[in-house]
Amino acid sequence: MEAKPKLYYFQGRGRMESIRWLLAAAGVEFEEEFLETREQYEKLLKDGRLLFDQVPLVEIDGMPLTQSRAILSYLAAKYNLYGKDLKERLRIDMYTDGTLDLMIMIAQAAFKPPKEKEESYALIVKRAKTRYFPVFEKILKDHGEDFLVGNRFSWADIQLLEAILMVEELSAPILSDFPLLQAFKARISNIPTIQKFLQPGSQRKPPPDGHYVEVVRNVLKF
Amino acid sequence: ENQAIAVMAGKPVLHYSDCRGRMEAVRWLLAAAGVEFEEKFLKTRDDLERLRNDGSLMFQQVPMVEIDGMKLVQTRAILNYIATKYNLYGKDMKERAIIDMYTEGLMDLDEMVLHQPYLPKEEKEGNLAKIKDKSRNRYFPAYEKVLKSHGQDYLVGNKLSRADVYLVKLLYHVEELDPSVLANFPLLKALRTRVSNLPTVKKFLQPGSQRKPLEDEKCVEEVMKAYI
Repeated sequence: MEAKPKLYYFQGRGRMESIRWLLAAAGVEFEEEFLETREQYEKLLKDGRLLFDQVPLVEIDGMPLTQSRAILSYLAAKYNLYGKDLKERLRIDMYTDGTLDLMIMIAQAAFKPPKEKEESYALIVKRAKTRYFPVFEKILKDHGEDFLVGNRFSWADIQLLEAILMVEELSAPILSDFPLLQAFKARISNIPTIQKFLQPGSQRKPPPDGHYVEVVRNVLKF
Repeated sequence: ENQAIAVMAGKPVLHYSDCRGRMEAVRWLLAAAGVEFEEKFLKTRDDLERLRNDGSLMFQQVPMVEIDGMKLVQTRAILNYIATKYNLYGKDMKERAIIDMYTEGLMDLDEMVLHQPYLPKEEKEGNLAKIKDKSRNRYFPAYEKVLKSHGQDYLVGNKLSRADVYLVKLLYHVEELDPSVLANFPLLKALRTRVSNLPTVKKFLQPGSQRKPLEDEKCVEEVMKAYI
């Protein structure tokens, strides 16, 4: 029996959340070890499993993988969520790179002082509304299909849903001008594995709060 | 006109300013793969707006590469496509994952490096110190260790991949900013020499190639005017 993937990160979203979403959507059970102390982090460093001294770290198929995008690409391919050919994979790469940029902005905002944080959030909402979401609305409109790429569920759909929910946390009416994205959100949320992940008690993490920021700063010393 | 001919001939067309920035990694990879390409340089705000208005830029941003009848955006997606197409992405999923991991580390370093010329004066010194620190203490030691661990000529699978090409690009670039940075990395220096001697890369390193020089005032001014 294949060992479960093991995730090493803080007990929060950060750069690990997209990985949790992808595994959950693929119906893959995974274990987590949460970094809470500097000592734990130093042990990981000493064990030599962090290539650039950074987390996320995911142990999977005998490999200690770091760098969230590398991990995501590997998982998408492994669980058949990466399109059927090079051209589909390319489109998925373009879409996920866009949504990931947006979500990383959100993750980084948590660490800024209050005024800058508010400015970041405002910029994120603006970008979502004017740069990213219109693109996906148009993609869905142009092909009229249920999923973003190849009429088939892929990593791009999972990540778009994740981004939509994250931006909605900053601005509840963000989808008001995007009827197809509203339908998309409902449709993808109802996929059984995702529905399960969206329930309380799942491994999905809440938005970053003061405590989370403090733990990360203490562990990574910045 | 050149562009129409390039499209007919099947050459990729790169849309960006006449500077390194985020496009330089793409230029290196195409060059290493022996792929001829054309460039259309953005010089003014109008050039960028024109591309935006004709729907060529998915997220309103460059780099954009026209290739195989498509308009690709997002540097990673572009590099992934080229690397796959020209067999510079490992032999299987696991090698691809390792190559991705190494590439992502290089992208993190490149983020600091490519921003350097465009930072306000008061931030330049701090960023340069960061580049030096991270290159010497985080990134270059990691890649030196990889080469030492297997003793092979290339980073992954004993074969040239996009990871080697990108690493060599950065070795040159960081050395331009920090001349003694490679002093303690003999294996990285050897890799750089080895890759630089490959016929395609050798050609790219000659004067007159499409490789761009370190950003100068003119480049920075142009980019600031066009994009900001």
